Amino acid sequence: MKHLILTASLFALAAGAASADVVRMGTEGAYPPYNFINDQGEIAGFERDLGDELCARAQLTCEWVKNDWDSIIPNLTSGNYDTIIAGMSITEEREAIVDFTQAYFPPASSLFMGMSEDFTLEGSVVAAQTNTIQAGYIAASGATLIEFATPDETVAAVRNGEADAVFADGDYLLPIANEDADLMIVGEPVQLGGGVGMALREGDPRREAFDAAITSMKADGTLNALILQWFGADAATF
Amino acid sequence: MFAFCTDPSTLDTLRWFSCYLTNGAHMLFYQSFLVVFALLAVTAPISLAFGFAAASASRSHLFPIASLGKLYTAMVRGVPDIVFFLFFILVLDQGIEYLRHQIVCPDWTENIRQGANFLVCPEARTPSGNAPQWVHELYGFALAVFTYSIVFGAFCGNVLYGAMRAVPHAQLETAAAYGMSRRQVFWRILVPQMWIYALPGLSNIWLILIKATPLLFLLGIEDIVYWARELGGSRNSAYQYPHPDWRFWYFLGLLIFYLCLTRISEIGLARLTTHLSRGQATAAGEALRKAAT
Repeated sequence: MKHLILTASLFALAAGAASADVVRMGTEGAYPPYNFINDQGEIAGFERDLGDELCARAQLTCEWVKNDWDSIIPNLTSGNYDTIIAGMSITEEREAIVDFTQAYFPPASSLFMGMSEDFTLEGSVVAAQTNTIQAGYIAASGATLIEFATPDETVAAVRNGEADAVFADGDYLLPIANEDADLMIVGEPVQLGGGVGMALREGDPRREAFDAAITSMKADGTLNALILQWFGADAATF
Repeated sequence: MFAFCTDPSTLDTLRWFSCYLTNGAHMLFYQSFLVVFALLAVTAPISLAFGFAAASASRSHLFPIASLGKLYTAMVRGVPDIVFFLFFILVLDQGIEYLRHQIVCPDWTENIRQGANFLVCPEARTPSGNAPQWVHELYGFALAVFTYSIVFGAFCGNVLYGAMRAVPHAQLETAAAYGMSRRQVFWRILVPQMWIYALPGLSNIWLILIKATPLLFLLGIEDIVYWARELGGSRNSAYQYPHPDWRFWYFLGLLIFYLCLTRISEIGLARLTTHLSRGQATAAGEALRKAAT
């Protein structure tokens, strides 16, 4: 009897698994306003709203998964989740490993944030998050790069004097610089990457569905509205 | 949580903190303490069982079983914990998927290893890609428990092996002279008496296990260290409760938590030692006997 129930419930599980096609959406949850864990402990931010809307338009059932940034691509390719929607810029290097949708956020400028105005990249110590295009840029420049696993730690490194400046997406740094009297945007903005897109495993057929959903959101203006809502009136739109 | 929490920016300090410390994210933080306790509660008995099996195997008169037991303790003890954790989690995860892959999709032609990727057929994915998130989390937790048990089982095995040898040999010989079989000597004479010799070592392992629980964080499980870092990081006005970098306070809290936990354990273990020393031919047992008369 016990076995019968067990087998029956196993079949029920298997059947349930086969019918519902869940798309697991991987994000970092530490990069406001793109994505962050809000005060209710839930994933929130621009990409949460965007992702939910895209799933609704593509008629997919989605589930959100949190994953550290430094292992976010390996965990996608090994199948722990199906998409990355985490402020990830489209670059050639990443394109070789994963498939990107079209950009849902225009190429944004990366900024330096430090504690004093006299900042020159040459000879400085600059903090950046591991495996970001910003870290790659600093590594190739004349500055000393120190890498951190989370964005918050890169800013903390500047506050405690470990780094002269932090280099990250302007949209992440600007709200922080505006609210902290000690921190300011220094140096010149740098254009990096080809916009932010959603990453899927190579050859994943769901890419077209998400691509179409992004196109429709661009066409009816909802994407721009969402960008303005989360990034302020000065944000670049499509 | 409270009715007045709707607009935190208008609150005075005390109310602000009462709201802040009871928001949803903090509730998850408090829940993660249960994860730590669950890990301890599940891992300790399993490790002890692994250790007991390893110690008994090491004492076996059959060479292959004895060497298997000794090899296990020696191998795990010789490798740094963290290396073993990170390695073993991968091996377990990929091993399970590989075995299921061989069973479920025998006619799969593509390579499983493609560069850095480890791709099995979708049916063999463990847990299934369509499983709800809690199943994924439980699976990760189970892998972690198993890995902890393997590592701490080896430590326990070493301690128990020593404890078994510390039981006065004359007692075992006497039991044999009374006509007890080997099995009877083991279960009736050796095992009941070995615990008092094992206890100092086992208490030590228990404390090490408590202190090793933050390694869960390394295994990608959202434990108290994860939430302390997450909640302690500086928050701007994108959040309802903006605050500067408070990681210092959060980690200080963890420090106090662990100190309390180990202190309570020490008190409990001291009581257990007294209890087990009763009537034993050890210095502690002798002291108890003298105090009673």
